[in-house]
Amino acid sequence: MSNKILSVRGLSRIHGVQCPLCISSTGPEHDTNMCPHCGSVVAAHDVNFDLYRGEILGIIGESGSGKSSTVKTLYFDEAPTAGSATFYDGGMQHDMFALNAAQQRSMRNKRFGMVYQNPHLGLNFQISAGGNIAERLLMSDLKHYGEIRTRAGDLLVRTEVARARMDQNPKTFSGGMQQRVQIAKALATQPPLLFLDEVTTGLDLSVQAAILDLILEIQHELGTAMIVVTHDLGVIRLLAGRTLVMKHGRVIESGLTDQILEDPQHAYTQRLVASAL
Amino acid sequence: MNAHYELPLEDAGYSFGFLDEYAKKEVRRCILKAISIPGYQTPYASREMPMGRGFGTGGLQLTLSLIGADDTLKVIDQGSDDSVNAVNLRQFVQLTCPGVEVTEKTQKATLIQSRHRIPEKMLTEQQILVLQVPYPDALVVVEPSEARRKVMHGEADYSRLLVKLYEDVVRFDEITISHRYPTRLNGHYVIDPSPIPRWDVPRLHQSPALVLLGAGREKKIYAVPPYTVAEPLVFDDIAFRVEDFRDANGKRIACRCCGSTVSFLDELIDDAGNVTHQCSDSSYCEEQQETISARKQA
Ligand SMILES: Nc1ncnc2c1ncn2[C@@H]1O[C@H](COP(=O)(O)OP(=O)(O)O)[C@@H](O)[C@H]1O
Ligand SMILES: [Mg+2]
Ligand SMILES: [Zn+2]
Repeated sequence: MSNKILSVRGLSRIHGVQCPLCISSTGPEHDTNMCPHCGSVVAAHDVNFDLYRGEILGIIGESGSGKSSTVKTLYFDEAPTAGSATFYDGGMQHDMFALNAAQQRSMRNKRFGMVYQNPHLGLNFQISAGGNIAERLLMSDLKHYGEIRTRAGDLLVRTEVARARMDQNPKTFSGGMQQRVQIAKALATQPPLLFLDEVTTGLDLSVQAAILDLILEIQHELGTAMIVVTHDLGVIRLLAGRTLVMKHGRVIESGLTDQILEDPQHAYTQRLVASAL
Repeated sequence: MNAHYELPLEDAGYSFGFLDEYAKKEVRRCILKAISIPGYQTPYASREMPMGRGFGTGGLQLTLSLIGADDTLKVIDQGSDDSVNAVNLRQFVQLTCPGVEVTEKTQKATLIQSRHRIPEKMLTEQQILVLQVPYPDALVVVEPSEARRKVMHGEADYSRLLVKLYEDVVRFDEITISHRYPTRLNGHYVIDPSPIPRWDVPRLHQSPALVLLGAGREKKIYAVPPYTVAEPLVFDDIAFRVEDFRDANGKRIACRCCGSTVSFLDELIDDAGNVTHQCSDSSYCEEQQETISARKQA
């Protein structure tokens, strides 16, 4: 399919020494992600999905279920233990984990964007908000100061941060504003794929709603494909067309979000949906 | 260094150039590697020298490894041949390298060791310039981990240095770096060109002379080989500017000794608070003065 942007197969991320029993003794049916034989943590195992252009895929699950581990490997923050991911871009197929470090860095800087729950991970608090966005533009070889200023200002305005705050340090911003700056930074290179990891967690409800609206607007305007990680069913309901449900490092259910919400198959998902009603 | 100090040549049997032949060979191998990969910080086994690190031991080891009995050496510190540091280093070479001539005239030297300046006079293919370097890595201002800096250099990832320049322009409307201006060689490695002023940076570009940079404490050697492309990091729309020696009326200030209006000037303030300017390169200044007095006599 020409509309596919990402294809993930057999993706695993295991922390620790690993033994032959790690996989068979962890997962939802064992109610743990830690191997009782060697103590390794199977943070994510055998994750499979496809993502299409402009689509928002949700990953939901309780804390520790492996959601962040999954997106971190895809954003090259961490190397996977096993599995493959193919990124379809500009008529080419890229075997992501076979790329060398420089190629991965370039893909991450130019073609992906990431928004973390903790703005300290996504922003440099030593420099101005505009400088943070400039960094990404400079990484993608834009070396024209005037153009960098204009683009950074436009991005901030688009994410509803006043242009006048561009030269201020994001340290002084509210939590919601910091997330907006992160989103502006992630969008700087107009990437076709965005990762959002618990971007509204910990924010006031009204601020959450405004940021979720912004994310939807961006998807409509730019057709950016997104993987949205959250433990909040409300976020999934609002944003994601399709959803993966994770528990103890495994995907236990996947499909159209509406179907999962109306007719959850797995007992865990049923409880999750029931508790959110 | 004590000017009256003499090395116990007979007892210890110091070899020509103080360093033993193995040490010199190792430095020369590193020099060759540094020349082969312009701007790459080549690690070397920096030796203990009979003077404190930070007094040019990195440059001195390069000089001692390169120098032969038929060489003519010039040593300068901030443009001056007469500063204590320059005198000490020169005496040390004279003491340990019998037969080597020393000079203050830039054009007479085959080897020039310098701290903080490149001579005003254009160097030639026959000359080597050795620069003393306190901090060899231009990335140290943005990345404390050397392991990560190495990866950044390997991938030519200098975006964070450029962000620093960006922040500079945002805050001060111009790039405020006065010394150690990050300079890119052949489109790849960015070097710290040692604490030379911006004035000297364009002279690294396509220099006919080999420029070697040595950091003794940090144990690194790197090179700007002859005719290398050396470009200061800038934005497309903000040009690199050298120091501007103009008075309040926009007139180029002249050296108070030789009257030159084309040299890098040091600012001097006397006890009465009067500000005057003088060539930083003392050899250049003297030669200008000689030319003027010769013209007057003729
Ligand atoms: N560096 C690490 N070393 C050991 N265990 C880790 C490491 N990083 C994450 N984990 C574990 O992996 C599991 C999945 O973590 P994570 O992907 O962050 O979960 P989630 O994002 O769903 O809350 C958790 O049990 C976590 O403790
Ligand atoms: Mg997480
Ligand atoms: Zn195990």
